[in-house]
Amino acid sequence: MKYRSVFDIIGPIMVGPSSSHTAGAARIGLMAGKLFGEQPTDITITFYGSFADTYRGHGTDVAIIGGVLGYDTFDDRIPESIKIAEQKGIRIHFETSEALTDHPNTARVHLTDGQAEFELVGISIGGGTIEITELNGVPLKLSGGGPALIVLHHDRFGAIAAVTSILADYEINIGHMEVSRHEKGKQALMAIEIDDRMPTAVLEEINRLPQVERSVMMGE
Amino acid sequence: MFKSVKELVALATEKNVPISEIMIEQEMTVRHLERDEVLGMMERNLEVMEAAVERSLTGDGVESVTGLTGGDAVLLQRYRASGRGLSGDLLLDAVSKAIGTNEVNAAMGKICATPTAGSAGVVPGTLFAVRERLNPSREQMLRFLFTSGAFGFVVANNASISGAAGGCQAEVGSATAMAAAAIVEMAGGTPDQSAHAFAIALKNMLGLVCDPVAGLVEVPCVKRNAMGGANALVAADMALAGITSRIPCDEVIGAMYEIGQMMPSALRETAKGGLANTPTGRWLESKIFGELSNESIK
Repeated sequence: MKYRSVFDIIGPIMVGPSSSHTAGAARIGLMAGKLFGEQPTDITITFYGSFADTYRGHGTDVAIIGGVLGYDTFDDRIPESIKIAEQKGIRIHFETSEALTDHPNTARVHLTDGQAEFELVGISIGGGTIEITELNGVPLKLSGGGPALIVLHHDRFGAIAAVTSILADYEINIGHMEVSRHEKGKQALMAIEIDDRMPTAVLEEINRLPQVERSVMMGE
Repeated sequence: MFKSVKELVALATEKNVPISEIMIEQEMTVRHLERDEVLGMMERNLEVMEAAVERSLTGDGVESVTGLTGGDAVLLQRYRASGRGLSGDLLLDAVSKAIGTNEVNAAMGKICATPTAGSAGVVPGTLFAVRERLNPSREQMLRFLFTSGAFGFVVANNASISGAAGGCQAEVGSATAMAAAAIVEMAGGTPDQSAHAFAIALKNMLGLVCDPVAGLVEVPCVKRNAMGGANALVAADMALAGITSRIPCDEVIGAMYEIGQMMPSALRETAKGGLANTPTGRWLESKIFGELSNESIK
């Protein structure tokens, strides 16, 4: 079941004009901005499918940039986000691709601050609901049906155990979990699907772990 | 969690409660929330819907950036006030308020998606029109949204509520059927009658393509919400009169999904076919993007 809440259907509250192309795009940007955690100097967005064909008319461009800046779907600043980003000195690049993707509403967000780089691929499946399908080049196989915790961490012993033991302390059950890394000893990634909503204290505790760079919740 | 309309109706009938109650209870269970929290979240959505309609009917109404849409909700209210309307006062009120919501949406104003932004007018439009007749309590108005949501929940999980995936039938079609089911409950119909209203409404939206001019959520989206509101009210009246759908609700949803799968991508929110590809549609597109590229779009 991709949708679990009545508020996925009646909601979100958002600035128009399109739940999939505006609100969903804002949420993809928001997820990327949160996971990157720094103000980027360059934002590169690649649109595929219907996103590529109609992004201008739907405000997909201002929505996804607004998301990277930390604006939620209902933030009145979304229509002005590109101007605001440029005033902050952020360079913005939009690209479109004709490559076939699994879902027609697909966007790739690439962020850099001159040192660190980050890349995420998200799809907007309708009504403002999104899924993250790729993170830093690693495909994710999250079902999208429930809340998930994404943790970027240092590839060191004990990192996975430290995170899962916090979840155990709070009696949070794991439904599905993926771990991956690019290069031994560098950054690694955990994607953990959990059964229920999680108190924010859990996320704060995970973020305090020395092995963890950053973690976010999605699909709450 | 209920997976089909059949299950939803059976649960409500068995417990002798309205469909809205099943949705409220499921939300409390799935997200570990108290009843007050769930009702409070829906109240915030309702307030956004009310504010959007009010904004659309203030003065001469709103206008979108492109100038393609706006002001029609006001025109229709003035016509309604003149008493010359043919199709009925309540119906024209619903149509005006559905249009108004989508005019605000097209102007990048704040709305609540029901189930999507492009189809955000039908549910509040019919709710606020029926309110004038049925004088519901605030809780009954929230229940209208939970019942709409319950049906939309089944559609989203079994078919689609995305125009890019399933065409406009998945967006305005779903919204129309959701509204029809909720109107029936508010008017005192049974859960089974809600399901028939839903099926009757959706059957008449099947095959509707998503062909927005210039890719904008304006033409024909705003007026499709108007007709969705009218369709929802008539379907609700039919079900309340005792008329049933020969094809069960869940099978209509299945048909909608299948039709969406067969629909060429040119007719699924890519602005490549249909009205978007008419000579006037193409002319509007070049005019708008000629202007936009000089101004708001870098």
